[in-house]
Amino acid sequence: MYLKLSYEIRDKYLRKDMLPTIFCPGCGIGSVLQYTLRAIDELGWSKDEVVWVSGIGCSSRVPGFVDFDGLHTTHGRALAFATGIKMARPDLKVIAFMGDGDTAAIGGNHFIHAIRRNLDVTVILINNFTYGMTGGQVAPTTLKGLRGTTAPYGSFENPFDIAELAVAAGANYVARWTVFNYLQGINSIKKALQKKGFSLVEFLSPCPISFGRRNRMKTAPELIKWYNKITVPISKAKKMSPEELEGKIIIGEFVDRDRPSLDEEYEEYKKRAKKMMGWE
Amino acid sequence: MIIRGDEPEQIDLLKKLYPKGNYFMQGDEAIAYGAIFAGCRFYAGYPITPASEIAETMARELPKVRGYYIQMEDEIGSIAAIIGASWTGLKSMTATSGPGFSLMQENLGYAIMTETPIVVVDVQRSGPSTGQATKGAQGDFFQARWGTHGDHPIVAISPISVEDSFWETIRAFNISEKLRIPVVLLADGVIGHTREQIRIPDPEEVEIVYRKLPKNEEEAKYPFGDVDGSLIPPMPLFGHGYFTHVTGSTHKETGLRDVYTPEVHIKLVNRLHKKIEKHEKDIEKWEEYFTDDMEILVISWGVSARPSLGAVLKAREEGIKVGLFIPKTVHPFPGKKVKEFAKRVRAILVPEMNLGQLILEVQRYVNDDIILKGVNKIGGVPLTVEEILREIRGV
Repeated sequence: MYLKLSYEIRDKYLRKDMLPTIFCPGCGIGSVLQYTLRAIDELGWSKDEVVWVSGIGCSSRVPGFVDFDGLHTTHGRALAFATGIKMARPDLKVIAFMGDGDTAAIGGNHFIHAIRRNLDVTVILINNFTYGMTGGQVAPTTLKGLRGTTAPYGSFENPFDIAELAVAAGANYVARWTVFNYLQGINSIKKALQKKGFSLVEFLSPCPISFGRRNRMKTAPELIKWYNKITVPISKAKKMSPEELEGKIIIGEFVDRDRPSLDEEYEEYKKRAKKMMGWE
Repeated sequence: MIIRGDEPEQIDLLKKLYPKGNYFMQGDEAIAYGAIFAGCRFYAGYPITPASEIAETMARELPKVRGYYIQMEDEIGSIAAIIGASWTGLKSMTATSGPGFSLMQENLGYAIMTETPIVVVDVQRSGPSTGQATKGAQGDFFQARWGTHGDHPIVAISPISVEDSFWETIRAFNISEKLRIPVVLLADGVIGHTREQIRIPDPEEVEIVYRKLPKNEEEAKYPFGDVDGSLIPPMPLFGHGYFTHVTGSTHKETGLRDVYTPEVHIKLVNRLHKKIEKHEKDIEKWEEYFTDDMEILVISWGVSARPSLGAVLKAREEGIKVGLFIPKTVHPFPGKKVKEFAKRVRAILVPEMNLGQLILEVQRYVNDDIILKGVNKIGGVPLTVEEILREIRGV
């Protein structure tokens, strides 16, 4: 499976005049973009039924590279823009390509409310524990003790676990992988895209330039080794004590359920209104 | 599904739901009905006094006309959602008051840069900050003009009565759709909460405009270019296979980002401005009374235009040669008109519910040799005829 050559995927889905991408050597965003495009390709979706939405940041530049309808918006607001698109055109499939700062800091409110409403979008989340585009500042996902330009002595704040946050807010599908779990990653994106309601696939994604260098992991391979050390598959995590899970990040599928989505609920609402008021 | 608002099915629906005739309603409600008659079928908002009645009316009425209503988590999300909806082809609106309007500024700039037609209603209330939350004011004149950052054009319209709120909302949509720009409706809490008689027309009497769509694939390639000399690009909607990229970053005529070439930025931002200048006649609107033989001119806007008219009528009875000029489109400001008037009068009075905002625009077009005086009132209580009349007599 997924045997197509990457250049076939590139030629089919990317805008040639926007290449090369802005991504630094060792960056994971390109890989996650490829997984997403492979998932779309596998599903056989046509390009005119998909809209990409993003905010601001390295990962948010993706809608500019893909040859689809796309809205590259303001920092943190991608899901609020997506709400308008999806409500007005429920037949369109909406992919929000977001970063950890975009999602959990400035866009935190839109994130939890989009999930609460069960907005039918798929969020592909690049979590690199830092603000890469602005040069490596501390993020709400930066693990305690790790450094950023605005936490030169190591972060003293508690980080957000975005996947757990999404589960608690009511998402229909949530999975987290590292960029190097490519098979699981593509499979999860496929599942997420097909899922009605809110779905999130989070990727721990290397940023050697802005994040790794400041934390003694100058290259992507060093970050991979670190991911291997700190991640625990969800099946294994279930058997571990809270003490053993201290400082670990759980990967795998967190939830897979089928609560009604916002557009389905709105259609029901309109029917109820018609019945209550006796219109038509 | 795209709804333009003038389909026979929609006209029939409006006729059935809102038979023409006289109604008694608030300014806020008139704005909501005006939006529905203009073809607005998507509303996103967040509750705030004194604008909540607009959201309540839209929530009740939109499902009846195949529209969509959603209450967002804040004002930032509200304007974001209507921009998203506009790119699918629905005429979209949000409404708020000062504090919420402040929150919307970043995405208002996004709508300007991406040439997205939307209508943003600011039912002005007394500030700064929470101020007198339930009281009207006219303090957002410059927030509407310069609230968002960077060089940008803006259109802002201010209605002067409940019936005017209905028609000016329709005009706001028409300008927004025709020129592919966001339009701000600068209403205020006094008219917003005033109940008056208004005549709801037959929907066929209402002229409405829908944005220009690309005629072919070739036109759709330049969603931010000047394809026909009008400086207004056709708008390729999402979901029609045009693969349009929309970004708030500086972009080429194709929509693709290019922030490194100075010429690209210069060309884009200049076109955004020239687009407004070129279509000035479609945008400008004012009312004028007794301007033929006037020696004194009163210039007022929004709620303050009402007592101004009362004062001018009374002053005329007393034989004072006073005229009145009411800009309905307040941005771009009709400076040329004011300049013409200023040559013929010895004094200009500017009544408004703030400490002097519109007067600063007037000042730019008036020489030092005539008297220019504000009639200002804050505190949440509108100006009275007497207060303005006193100033007319005294000047």
